[in-house]
Amino acid sequence: MKQIVIISGKGGTGKTTLTASFASLAENKIMCDCDVDAANLFILLNPRIISEEEIVTSKIATIDETKCIKCGRCEEHCRFDAITNFKVDSMKCEGCGVCKIICPVDDAVCLQDSASGRIFTAETKYGPFFYAQLNPGSGNTGKLVTEIRKRAFNLALEKKSDLIIIDGAPGIGCPVIASVSGTDLALIITEPTLSGEHDLIRVAKLTEHFKVKTFVCINKFDINPEITNRIEKICNEKKIPIVGKVPYAPVITKAMIAGKPIIEFIDNDITKEIRNIWENVKSGGNLYA
Amino acid sequence: MIISVASGKGGTGKTTIATNLALSLKNVQFIDCDVEEPNAHIFIKPSIKHIEKVNVLMPKINYSFCNFCGKCAEFCQYNAIAVFEKQVLIFPELCHHCGGCKFICPKNAITEEEITIGKIKKGNANSIDFIAGELDIAQSPPSPLIRRLKKYISKHTNIIIDAPPGTSCTMIESIEDSDFCILVTEPTPFGLNDLKLAISVVQKMNIKYGVVINQCDIGDNKVEEFCVNNKIDILMKIPYSRKIAEAYSKGESIISILPEYKFKFREMYEKIKMRVNTRNETNSNY
Repeated sequence: MKQIVIISGKGGTGKTTLTASFASLAENKIMCDCDVDAANLFILLNPRIISEEEIVTSKIATIDETKCIKCGRCEEHCRFDAITNFKVDSMKCEGCGVCKIICPVDDAVCLQDSASGRIFTAETKYGPFFYAQLNPGSGNTGKLVTEIRKRAFNLALEKKSDLIIIDGAPGIGCPVIASVSGTDLALIITEPTLSGEHDLIRVAKLTEHFKVKTFVCINKFDINPEITNRIEKICNEKKIPIVGKVPYAPVITKAMIAGKPIIEFIDNDITKEIRNIWENVKSGGNLYA
Repeated sequence: MIISVASGKGGTGKTTIATNLALSLKNVQFIDCDVEEPNAHIFIKPSIKHIEKVNVLMPKINYSFCNFCGKCAEFCQYNAIAVFEKQVLIFPELCHHCGGCKFICPKNAITEEEITIGKIKKGNANSIDFIAGELDIAQSPPSPLIRRLKKYISKHTNIIIDAPPGTSCTMIESIEDSDFCILVTEPTPFGLNDLKLAISVVQKMNIKYGVVINQCDIGDNKVEEFCVNNKIDILMKIPYSRKIAEAYSKGESIISILPEYKFKFREMYEKIKMRVNTRNETNSNY
């Protein structure tokens, strides 16, 4: 079984659009949406939810006023500035537990489980699908991603699936690291803008760090042919294969509004190129070897 | 007045709105809190005068004291430590630098050493005082860098914060203490879904907010309907324009190619200022 993750560095370059198309084109696979901050893949895959569970990935400290002797040691040792006037700011607390071990009074500080979100197990016409809803403002998005991937992995073993397709988050932070680590292939979707180029270089360093084989796809390549050339050069130098280039196409937004993967919405040059990209990814990544 | 610019969905135009707003005003401090992928410098083009490294404390094992009891790994809430028979592994990208492992170790075998997780760049462009954070790759979670950045907030009349996308801790830390939050979205199902998530965050934080619909004519009108039905202020609508997209790709601001936008951004600023100065404004709860 192989795992492929679709990431981008910069947001809004087309991760989810491409992931949904892969969901439609790939065989014997499971999908997961690991962009838990702003999950959108469900909009295109129309899932039927089979079950949902609350996920606890972090803790939050609370101080029992009746037991607290107001010594201030917790505030002094909290590195997240989460304690002021012997009260915990739940938005700032990262649940490390230092306040609890440093407190001289028994049970004055209590660490409580904090739900960081819900994970949905769903079925779609394209196959099983896992996604999550982060409780807004919650930390530990990385752990939530790991929980999604664990479920997908176990089901893939059970069903003898060949492939797990992971829709990743923008950026290079915790959820991205948790989405990329241990995958067989990362496909980076970029766009020919100075921001896209800048972010591509950074996220490619991340996949290199985690020793994950990397491919690049350039979306809206015709917006700036000069930067497209430059991105091709950078990829050449880094020996990162470019699996395809998609032009700016308003029809992609139309498919999104129709709530369908573009592959299922229309048959034209754009979808031909996306099919090509999938074939290149499949063969280049040895996904069904 | 602190104005932050955020969005649930990435790539909707946060940086575009934040930088154009800054370039349209005078006496602005600009803080790029999107430390994972900082891009504002591309449009503001500051001359960087000062770069400082941001360090955090990372545990270090002293093997002459360690007896591999595993208490540190058991304590660590972030799974950043793994203890084996003769080795202790520390995963820097998972460590939150809380210092708990040092306290819990019964053998005093853990010390802390400073490691660099990123840098803060300071400079200026005309009347914009520019500060940006840049996270090193795979070194650490971004939060400590954002917290450090925000310590630089000055007494400027206008402070503009470019926040990271999403709705998790990094976004919260960036927009915290703002007087107003501009939520940038696009008129698509993805844009609407993520706008609702972002609104639930700003409402929970009790921050006044308004919406900018970027590329307002590329999709459907459900975002606008949603805002109107829930009495959410639409601050500005920017139609799709190939000219703007191409300018963006080259790092040019909207106001440099379409100067009339300077007035629109100033108008938006005045509107925000008025709302910030309105007492007891209640956010509409949808």
